[in-house]
Amino acid sequence: MALEKPYLDVPGTTMFDADMARKGFHLNQFCMSLMKAENRKRFLADESSFLDEWPMTEAQKAAVLKRDYNEMLSLGGNIYFLAKIFSSEHISFQQAASTMTGMSPEEYKQMMISGGRSPEGNLYKTQDENDNV
Amino acid sequence: MSKISASVYTSHVPAIGAAIDNGKTGEEYWAPLFAGYEYGKKWIAEKMPDVVILVYNDHASAFDLNLVPTFALGTGEEFQPADEGWGPRPVASVKGHPELASHIAQSVIQDEFDLTIFNTLDVDHGLTVPLSLMFGQPEAWPCKVIPLAVNVVLYPPPSGKRCYDLGKAIKRAVHTFDEDLDVQIWGTGGMSHQLQGPRAGLINKEFDADFLERLVKDPKGLSEVPHIDYVRLAGSEGIELVMWFIARGAMDAKVDEKHRFYHVPASNTAVGHLILENSDDS
Repeated sequence: MALEKPYLDVPGTTMFDADMARKGFHLNQFCMSLMKAENRKRFLADESSFLDEWPMTEAQKAAVLKRDYNEMLSLGGNIYFLAKIFSSEHISFQQAASTMTGMSPEEYKQMMISGGRSPEGNLYKTQDENDNV
Repeated sequence: MSKISASVYTSHVPAIGAAIDNGKTGEEYWAPLFAGYEYGKKWIAEKMPDVVILVYNDHASAFDLNLVPTFALGTGEEFQPADEGWGPRPVASVKGHPELASHIAQSVIQDEFDLTIFNTLDVDHGLTVPLSLMFGQPEAWPCKVIPLAVNVVLYPPPSGKRCYDLGKAIKRAVHTFDEDLDVQIWGTGGMSHQLQGPRAGLINKEFDADFLERLVKDPKGLSEVPHIDYVRLAGSEGIELVMWFIARGAMDAKVDEKHRFYHVPASNTAVGHLILENSDDS
């Protein structure tokens, strides 16, 4: 019997649960390797070769190369691990977050200064979104 | 015997640490936030504890996915600021209190809380930002600090109730330590925030205001709020707030509220801060 996952109908949100952690193990451990300056240098010099050293799926590697953070999240990436990628490129958490929302960094920053994204309309998936789960 | 005299609660946003380290606290963006911590700095100068038990979470700095302890207590003598990818924060190393920490570990494990114990571990912004907010930028931190790391990265974290009950066990442990120490316990992380996905940037002021109010007055009831409520209402990373229950559980049921502060935003996050004291007669 499957475990209950009540968070699946929260819109725009991927919970890093045990199943996702299993899927994303090598992706996240690759990210962790970027904590070392030497690895950051090697990664940025030749991304594909560095990624090939990790037993990640081709889809995970492609998502990293595209810097598609939403795709990385859906393939088991965790945001605190993925942060090692954008930190390697001196991109701030706020800038990186904006890329996941489809907003420009400036629009996103202004939204935060104005009090953040409102909970209104953002607590449950719509019927259409649910049909796509 | 030792006693727990007070508790401090605060968010631990990394950008706050960067603002302090880079001398930006007076800038228009940051000044209102730091104004909310002025009271705490004066307060703690008068109420300086011997030891702070600091409840925080590691953010893929010291723990990666090879090892994910739910509760991990630091019994070592010293903990270095972690290099989180851009060099360690320029802050003092953290001195532990191995005797009290070991005593707490033995006591709470016998009390059925199966802690992980660590001795050598670098501590990240989750632990050092609260120290900077309360103590500023001293050459050395003015008291001993026992790190208590809680997993809130890999879902599910421990429940609010489990954290609240661990706080109670820590209180019992502190009360049976022979030396006369003044101990504070700090709960950090939160408040509402979401750092990932199309919903990133979620802030829920109503949720946060209710949380602050009930943490003071109805902590036991509040501790029973299920995880899904945090995820849905306070954002995927808002669930860090469960850590505040460890600190609150270690306090008396009835407390004196000395300070409350709330500010949006610090980077992607709502910042909350509370200072609670136990009554002298407890």
